[in-house]
Order: sequence, then C-alpha cells, then structure tokens
Amino acid sequence: MRARTRTARKAVVLAAVASLGAGLLAGCADDGKDDGGSSSEGGGGGKTKITLGLFGTAGFEESGLYKEYEKLHPDIDIQQTVVERNENYYPALINHLTTNSGLQDIQMVEVGNIAEIVETQSDKLLDLSKYGKKSDYLEWKWQQATAKDGQTIGVGTDIGPMAICYRTDLFKAAGLPTDREEVGKLWAGSWDKFVDVGKQYQDKAPKGTTFLDSPGGLIQAILSGEKDRFYDASGKVIYKTNPAVKDAFDLTAQAAEDGLIGNQTQFQPAWDTTIANSKFAAMSCPPWMLGYIKGKSKPESAGKWDIAQAPKSGNWGGSFLTVPKSGKNTEEAAKLAAWLTAPEQQAKLFGVQGSFPSTPAAYESTEVTSAKNDMTGDAPIGTIFAQAAENIPVQTIGPKDQIIQQGLTDNGVILVTQGKSAKEAWDNAVKTIDNNLDQ
Amino acid sequence: MTTGHETAAAPPAKEGGAAPARPPAGPSDDERRRARLSRRWQRDVRWSPYAFVSPFFLLFLAFGLFPLIYTGWASLHAVELTAPTDMSWVGLRNYTRIFDDDFFWNAAKNTLTIGIISTVPQLLMAMGLAHILNYKLRASTFYRVAMLAPYATSIAAASLVFVLLFGRDYGMINWALNFVGIDNIDWQNDKWASQIAVSTIVIWRWTGYNALIYLAAMQAIPQDLYESAALDGANRWQQFFHVTLPSLRPTILFTVVVSTIGASQLFGEPLLFDANKGASGGAQHQFQTLGLYLYEQGWVNQHLGRASAIAWTMFLILIVIGIVNYVISRRLRASS
Repeated sequence: MRARTRTARKAVVLAAVASLGAGLLAGCADDGKDDGGSSSEGGGGGKTKITLGLFGTAGFEESGLYKEYEKLHPDIDIQQTVVERNENYYPALINHLTTNSGLQDIQMVEVGNIAEIVETQSDKLLDLSKYGKKSDYLEWKWQQATAKDGQTIGVGTDIGPMAICYRTDLFKAAGLPTDREEVGKLWAGSWDKFVDVGKQYQDKAPKGTTFLDSPGGLIQAILSGEKDRFYDASGKVIYKTNPAVKDAFDLTAQAAEDGLIGNQTQFQPAWDTTIANSKFAAMSCPPWMLGYIKGKSKPESAGKWDIAQAPKSGNWGGSFLTVPKSGKNTEEAAKLAAWLTAPEQQAKLFGVQGSFPSTPAAYESTEVTSAKNDMTGDAPIGTIFAQAAENIPVQTIGPKDQIIQQGLTDNGVILVTQGKSAKEAWDNAVKTIDNNLDQ
Repeated sequence: MTTGHETAAAPPAKEGGAAPARPPAGPSDDERRRARLSRRWQRDVRWSPYAFVSPFFLLFLAFGLFPLIYTGWASLHAVELTAPTDMSWVGLRNYTRIFDDDFFWNAAKNTLTIGIISTVPQLLMAMGLAHILNYKLRASTFYRVAMLAPYATSIAAASLVFVLLFGRDYGMINWALNFVGIDNIDWQNDKWASQIAVSTIVIWRWTGYNALIYLAAMQAIPQDLYESAALDGANRWQQFFHVTLPSLRPTILFTVVVSTIGASQLFGEPLLFDANKGASGGAQHQFQTLGLYLYEQGWVNQHLGRASAIAWTMFLILIVIGIVNYVISRRLRASS
C-alpha cells in the first residue's frame, strides 16, 4: 500500500517537474526565435537560397512578392527573418557587419540609420548602382544611400510622406469642418496654425478626448519637414543651437501644457488602446501609419477616419535594402533587392501594405491612384500622399539622428505631459542626448 | 596477471639454484616493461584528472577570462561598436569620467534601492513560506514544485505580463486600486512607483526559489532540538526565533550573498518594463540600473570603450560587496 502511494506520488512529482521543464524549454525556444537568424537550412532542394533580414512590417512576403519572384526564377528560394523593432534589429546588424558574420544575404536598413551605415560600413556592402536604376528613385532617396566615393550601398524601399489623419466624427462633435480640403486649409503652411486648430478643438471636445495622441508624434511631424535638423551639411551636430529644433520642441511642449495632447508614448500598448478607444482626434500620419491604425482599431471605427495634407510636408520613415559582401550569393541577392524595390513591385506593396513607393514612376500606377483604406473610407490616399511626397524637402541626415530624435521625444517632450516644465524637459533631453552622443 | 604469476614463481627458482638467473636480459626486460607500465600509470593518475576538468577551464579561458581581459583592454581605449578594431589609447579617461557621470551614479543609486526593496521582502517572504511548508501539509510536494514555477518561467514573458498589469491607464493593478479609492498611479514614470514595480517582478520570480533553499535547511535541523525546546515550554514563535533562525544562519548568509549579486546585475526586468525606452530606464532614467546603463552605452550608443569601463567598475564594486559579505559572515560565525 505504502509503496504504491509512494510510486504514485513519485509519478505525480515527475509529471509536474516534466511539465515545468517542458515549459522552460518552450520558453527558451520562444526567446530564441526573437533574435532572428534562425531560418532553417534546406527545404530548397538544390535551389539558390536568398535570405532577407528585415524589421517591422516590410510586407514583401505578405504581398506575395517572394512567390512571384520564385515563379519568375525557379532556381531561387527566398527566406526571411523579421525582427519586430528596429531598436533590437539595428544593434545586431551593426554587430554582424563589424564582425562580417551572421549576416543575411539582404539586410534592411532604416532611414534613421542609413547615414551611419553609409559612413562606417560601406566597405562591407555591395555597390548596388549597377543593379538598381537610379532614375527610378527619388533623387534624395538615392542620395541618402550613396557614399562620398560614389558607391550606392542601398536601394530605397518605401518613404513616409506625411499627412494628418483625423477623426471626422470627433471633428464634427467639436464644431470643426470635416471635409479634407477644408481641414487642410485650416492649418496650411504652419504648425502654429495646426496647434491653434487644436485649441479650437479642445474648447468643445467630446469628454475624455484630446486633439493629438502623443507629444512624440507632433515633434516628429514638425521636424520631419525641416531641411536641417540635427546635423549641418558639414556633419556637425547642431541640434542644440538649431532654432528649428528648439521651436519644434517648444511648440510641442506648449501644446502639451495646454492639454491638447494625450500623455502617451507612441507604439506602446497603452497608446494602442487609445487608438482602439478613439481617445484622440488627429495624428501625424505617414502611409504606413494607416496600416497601424487599421491593426489597432475596433471594427466600428472603419470609415470614420479621413486624411488631410499636413501643414508642411515631411518624411517620416522609409527603409533601404543592402547586400553585404560576405554573402554567398551576392549577385543573386542584389538582383532580388533591385527587383523588390522596382516601381512595379513598390506599387504592389503600397496596394497591399501601405508602404509608399520611393519610385515616382509608381505614383501613376493604378495601384497607387486607386488605393483605398478601410479606415479612411473613400479618401484617395494614393494621390494625397503623392502630393505630400512632391513637397518633401531634401533633408540633411546624420549618423546619430535616431538617438537625438528619441532623446527629444522619450526623454524630452513626454515629460511635459507628466507635469514637468518645458525647460526641465529640454534640459533632461539635452543631457541625455549629449551623454549618448559622447559630446 | 602475468607479473603476479612470475613473482610467485620466482622464489623457488632462486632457492634451488637450478635455473640460473639471467641477470642482463630477463629481469631487465621485465623490469623495463614494468617500469614503463608504472610510469604510464603514474602519469595517468597524475594528469588524467586535469584532462577531465580541462573542458571547464578551457571554456572559461575562452568565454570567461579572455573577454574579461579584453574588456579591460578596451576600457583603456576610445572605441566604437561601428569599428571595434579601431582603437585609440585614452588611458584611464573612461574611468575618470565615471566619477562625474551623473547617469552612472543615478544608475548605481537605482540599483541599490531596487536591490534593497526587492531583496529584503523577498527573503523575509521566502522564510515565512518555508516555515509554513515545513509543517505537515497535504500535497506538500505540489506546493514545493509550484513555488519553483515563477523561477522557471521566461523572464521576458513574465515581465511583459507585469507591464500590462502595471499599466497606468488600462492596467489591472490601478483598476483594483481604484476600488479602494486610490487614483491611477503612473507606475512607469513615477520614480518610486516604477522601482517598486520592477522589484515586484524580481520578488515574484525569486521568492519561491529562496523558500526552497530555506526549506531544505530547515529540514536538516534535528527534531530533538524542537522537542527539548517544547519541553522547556517554548511556543511556536519562540521555537522559530531560538531554534530555527540560529540554525539557518549560514543558509541565510548564502541567500543574501546570491541575492545581492543578482540584484547588482539586474537587467532583464527593467529593460522590458518600459519596452519603448528600452535601455534608458524610463524618461528620466528613474529605473535605469547599472546593467541597463552598461547596455545602453555599449549597444545602443555604441561606445564600447565606455561600456567596458563601466563593466570593470561594476566588477570592482561586486568584489567590494563580496569582501563586505565575507567580513560580516566571519563576524557572525565568531559570535555564534
């Protein structure tokens, strides 16, 4: 009797331990998947395998581009690894580039990092000017990935011409016009006017809503339309003394103090919830943001959004595809990168994924001109963004743009919504940025 | 075997003198072989253990000592992650700048406070839990295994759940606090609230682990001590304070040392607590620990030289903590 209960108990304990162990292993496996580079070997059956390292929602696979390419080139097998956030993806990429190991055949680079990659890593990357057709791309986009010695190490994927997405129902409730032409006229030409519209909104706003979602969104939008921001043309860091940066900071801080801006940080779960719960009336809106809004909204918000021109056009986001020299099939990889970013494919990608083409030829395509989005109803998003794209200034970008931008946002203006003064917020941001830049 | 037989057979031969010994060839051949065997055996006995332990030390050399020394070397240079082979000598500058690096001292202070508010309650609760589990309970094995469950979960998964629980606007904890009339607490942005929240994750994860260690030590305490204490009229509490605690002293010391080291290397929980700001530990660095600051300098800002200097400074701080622990433990042992 006793022996039997003991073995029974043993079995229970063993089972418990085993299940815990299994959980532990499963946890490990899960963790392992996140850091990428885990695409399995084989499966191609003697085909040439091309791997892509991407971040965020590049959407090549979702829009069927890989399948199409594999059909055109039966000897090619395409595989991708995707890291969700660029903050995790980029340090690993730098690490792999400097050690020349662990790289995929094609690596995506975000516009905030391209200057640093061009400056420090171009000897490790293939010159793609032979593969991509320079005349296809926007001049400034091509230039951003071109090193001083003339080699172009990346072909542009999308760009982020910025507009303003707004909620027609909330605008109406606050007594503002809802037609996208009229709305655009309210603030055309200056961000001060935009903030003034915000004040009008806030006076009669439905309870619990703010004009904008987050301070980070506003300062990002203002700065993305400035020609010079953080670096001057000679490569010197000027963000502290550049009046454009300080003005953008102060305007955002003022708007936050006046209560026009929700106290959220963009791309955090709580921010997602404010989208779902319709807690704000407008947000700066590059094309890829439409997909994001769609992903986070409740179904009943469909059609309640509309989209108007921003006070000034700017570019927020966009990426490049690069081909590391250490790859096994650099030739094939370069061809694939050029194909994926050619006008026809970029147009298709916009139709499915909302990534706006960096190739003007695509703007005439039906995919772009007839594009619609569930969230914005019948708004002709393709032509609206194309118009915004025309007015984007050629921006001076620097190697540490991302660190400076993030400092201004996450260690700066966000503090104003937490009760700090604009000056305290600025000082905190400057101190953080200078320490990060090692100034 | 053969040698044994030969030695056994040798004496009669000598006595009888019938078989003349073959002084030069036979024994020498035999002896040489024997000597060779015994030399080999000796060498085997002497060196085999080293061969058996060598994998650990080779791995340690490659993945422990070399990085340690290389980090020290890098800490004396200005070197960026974008070009790790491009080093320029700066002497002790990376160390001297730490003295007036507000961010470093802020991180050090945070590490200390988070360490204290996570380690102290954690060990107290572990002690209480162990004491309860030490009673006769139904399904005690189940409880013991269950207590290890938090320790076995992935730190990333656990932290992400806690982030949701501690959300300011839509978090469950604030929702519950609202019922008792407490307004929304901004767990991520308020200094103390954020540190308490990070500590909670640590406490949740390690309490059961420490409780099991205490439980094991408690079960090793002889039962007669309790019996004689009971005969002397000591109640449960008195037994706990006068029998259990003194017997657990070395175990407590062990858990304190381990928890201290764990606390000073705190990294994953604060990193994931604010997924957006990542390594900066909140908008005002309010929960940036030394581990996070090191990561931020090295991998986000790409200053490898500075990060190396921070790593070595942390190492030195840990050694100091270790010495303090050692001194205290000697004092305790001497007094007992």
